[in-house]
Amino acid sequence: MNAHDQDHQQTRMKKLLHEALPPVAGDAGPGRDLWPEVLRRLDARVSAPASPGWAWFDGALLAGLVGLVAIFPTAIPVFLYYL
Amino acid sequence: MQNEASDVLNQFRQGDVDAFETLFRQHQRVVYGWILRITRDTAAAEELTVESFWRIHRARARFEPAQGFEGWARRIATRTALDWLRTSRAESELSMEDCAEVAAPAEADPAVTAEIRSKTALAFGRLPPKLRIAATLAVIEEQPQKDVAAALGITVAAVKVRVFRALRLLRKDLERQGVRP
Repeated sequence: MNAHDQDHQQTRMKKLLHEALPPVAGDAGPGRDLWPEVLRRLDARVSAPASPGWAWFDGALLAGLVGLVAIFPTAIPVFLYYL
Repeated sequence: MQNEASDVLNQFRQGDVDAFETLFRQHQRVVYGWILRITRDTAAAEELTVESFWRIHRARARFEPAQGFEGWARRIATRTALDWLRTSRAESELSMEDCAEVAAPAEADPAVTAEIRSKTALAFGRLPPKLRIAATLAVIEEQPQKDVAAALGITVAAVKVRVFRALRLLRKDLERQGVRP
């Protein structure tokens, strides 16, 4: 396919796309006042309790470590060494 | 007047809610309209406008007043809409019913049947979101390429490449469906 054919194909695809999906009226405003919702989001963020910063895998890691220490108590000095 | 606008921008940067409301009232229509062009869904556009302004507020410390608020807000809105396209509006959700609702434009080519229009809309929904958003804004909505590039945070040349790739993928998809555009 040469460049001219490619341009022609692209133009036809653009035309087809226009017919299938006509442009929307993007100059229309929202149907309701959105400010109260934005304000609610901001307030929720301010009043949200501080996250402890723990994820599920932190808990799983700790549980694994405790389990390992329970099974192999002799490993405690090794862990203490690396702390 | 210009000093007043500059004061509002500076106050917004410092976290002043009244200044933020002023900017919201001034720009919500533009942001909503831009998102609506991308999503083509009024309910989603409203929801994403709220989300965009929340992100704008969260990122206020990174805002440079010299670069202007509207372009910055549009860029955040584009990213918000792109996230929505990636998650909520997966290709599987775009049903034939959605496409059937698309009426033919007044100057429609009679050779392009309703079935072809539906197949085209479906195939368009299957494009990768990054390509779809570039083609939506540049081809369907006919927005200036420099505005599209600024909103996507890429160069004009990159917009052209994305549009080219989107149209090529669309053509291939249609050919697989037995439509020869």
